Amino acid sequence: MDLTYTPQQQAFRAEVRDWLARHVPREPFASYDTREGFEQHRAWEATLAGAGYSSVTWPRELGGRGCDLTEWLIFEEEYAAADAPQRVNQNGILLLGPTLMEFGTPAQKARFLPRMARCEDMFAQGWSEPNAGSDMAAITSRAIRDGDEYVINGQKTWSTRAVFANWMFGLFRSDPASSRHHGLSYLLVPLDAPGVTIRPITALNGKQAFAEVFFDDVRVPAEHRIGEEGQGWHVAMATAGFERGLLLRSPARYQRTAQKLVQLYRRHRRSADRDPGIREAVLRAWMGAEAYTLASYHTVARLAAGASIGAEASTNKIFWSELDLQMHETAMRILGARAEYLPGAPDAESADWLEGFLFAQAGPIYAGSNEIQRNIIAERLLGLPK
Amino acid sequence: MNFNFNEDQAAFRDSVARFLMVEAAPEKLREIWQTGDGRSPALRVALAELGLTALSVPEAEGGLGLGDVDWALITQQLGYFAIPDSLADTACLASGLLAGLPAEHEARAAWLPRIVDGSARIAVGHPVNPWVADAHLADLLLMPHAVEGGIEWHGLAPEQVQLTACPSIDGSRRLAAVQWTPSPATRLCDAATGQRLADELLDRAALAVAGQLLGLAQRMLDLGVDYAAQRKQFGKPIGSFQAIKHQLADVVTLIEFAKPVLYRAAAALAADEPGRAARVSHAKLACAEAAWTAARKSIQVHGAMGYTWEVDLQMFMKRAWALDAAWGDRAFHKARLGDALLDGDALPLGPGATFN
Repeated sequence: MDLTYTPQQQAFRAEVRDWLARHVPREPFASYDTREGFEQHRAWEATLAGAGYSSVTWPRELGGRGCDLTEWLIFEEEYAAADAPQRVNQNGILLLGPTLMEFGTPAQKARFLPRMARCEDMFAQGWSEPNAGSDMAAITSRAIRDGDEYVINGQKTWSTRAVFANWMFGLFRSDPASSRHHGLSYLLVPLDAPGVTIRPITALNGKQAFAEVFFDDVRVPAEHRIGEEGQGWHVAMATAGFERGLLLRSPARYQRTAQKLVQLYRRHRRSADRDPGIREAVLRAWMGAEAYTLASYHTVARLAAGASIGAEASTNKIFWSELDLQMHETAMRILGARAEYLPGAPDAESADWLEGFLFAQAGPIYAGSNEIQRNIIAERLLGLPK
Repeated sequence: MNFNFNEDQAAFRDSVARFLMVEAAPEKLREIWQTGDGRSPALRVALAELGLTALSVPEAEGGLGLGDVDWALITQQLGYFAIPDSLADTACLASGLLAGLPAEHEARAAWLPRIVDGSARIAVGHPVNPWVADAHLADLLLMPHAVEGGIEWHGLAPEQVQLTACPSIDGSRRLAAVQWTPSPATRLCDAATGQRLADELLDRAALAVAGQLLGLAQRMLDLGVDYAAQRKQFGKPIGSFQAIKHQLADVVTLIEFAKPVLYRAAAALAADEPGRAARVSHAKLACAEAAWTAARKSIQVHGAMGYTWEVDLQMFMKRAWALDAAWGDRAFHKARLGDALLDGDALPLGPGATFN
């Protein structure tokens, strides 16, 4: 066990810190769930990409920095400490990118990865359907082979980023006689193709955070299939594994939130201490963020020693989503009667907490609900029967 | 940056686990519980042969010279098997205290080699505990004496103390209130040195308890899983029901996220970092929550059988309930963490502050 950073790691941290200090925009962007904010965030991603920082764990030849996971943790720590903008391109860089690297052909990698790293193509997710949520294997949207093309009919929903993105990756039933997780194929679909209709869904924060996407005889070249025909479930599970696993929610942002919560408590101490539970809740927030960080470093060390992340990723998803909720609930308790204020109200400090509180409500639901994660832990880690 | 244990550390942990699986099987625990002393001399000798008693003793005094990080793996095993022996008090705490005395101190030469060969049991007091564990069998008692300017440590022979037994719900614990009179002849160190040793002892002991609590949590989880897989109702194993699965899954998550906290605190203790006390308190709270929750969930999964004397779960629950407040109860550790984090600046905050 060696809990010190190497000189190279320290130098990388210094380099990132210096670059961020010179480049992070002073004024906050609009939400990336608005057209204006989406373009601001996309331009920022391109700036990051210019320095190789949009996808630090990717190989250099694909536009990344070739960082190992410890360097990724360091990058994320500096990024969160600098209060740099949220990442609009996570679907591409964290979800589809690793899937393409593992399952894509050389031609697919060359076509999609560099543009993805530069944020020239933005990807939406195409998993859920009206009757396939937690039960994702109930997918009915079809992609029927016709010569060199697939013809897609059906509907996807809760498609994150679909309002403004230009591509979708998703699962479609390519064998109409199949059921459950058999006969599915993983396809990339241009969202400007004829027959695609996008209907934004307004989330409870009033923003168009996701969309329903309808497919009416949409033709997609067969070369846009990732992996073998009928093997889409296997490919998608690899993507879902990355999502639930380490990369999607780096610990640094929770540490940053915990730090701000401690500062918030200190500023409002006189009123906060009227509720004897608040002080303990602030301690719990710090302990949770610290535990999540330590668990991430621990996982990184195990991965470096040859282990792989399996169903353990489900404990991660439960932990960060419940931590995020707990931290923002605590902030709302501290802010008291001002917690409900929207931006524009006299006390500006509450707006970010409120926005985070609303988003935290979604955490235990998306990326596989926490009930599904508990099933996975019980069945795959503990070996309990289905 | 490498948060892994090395192969030697893992191999030693595995050899301890293999030994305890046989020598500290539940039926043997029950036998030892029934004895008056509550201790098996044969078990202590065997633990010494395994090298456990030599772990913390400096190499110059015949030990292995290992430390707090190694103990973080071993204490989990002691907890998992709920050994009926306060081994850690002698092998980890007393050896740490004695090894903190000046190099030429006669108590080192007198006792450290006897810790290594397993011939001495040493009981250790601290102001945070109202009791002393295993004082009834101790060859030496190390007791704190508060004076102006700190805490003196005194070494006492069995005939120099009066014990009042404090029976515990955990049948394998042997606790006593100790009455004694300090004298210049029994004094081991001055108050300034002693205060430093007392603070370090508290952190080392709290961490040893945290490791045991984490091991206990894993054991109670395993017992719950075994029972849920085998017990049938409505024509199928109760472990197939989500109401059961989700309770046990929550214990997995608590354990997974307490373990690295324990390891980080052990490293902070070994390196005597400024944030040592806060990190130890964090570890104790996280491991205690895992153990306390594991007990509650596992007895629920066991149904009425979990409430019986017959089923093994009770032995592990009782140990967990007892250790929850040993070497600082939750109030103590929360208060200490709050002082450091919310009122002081002993801990740097925010991203990048986890590893100094």
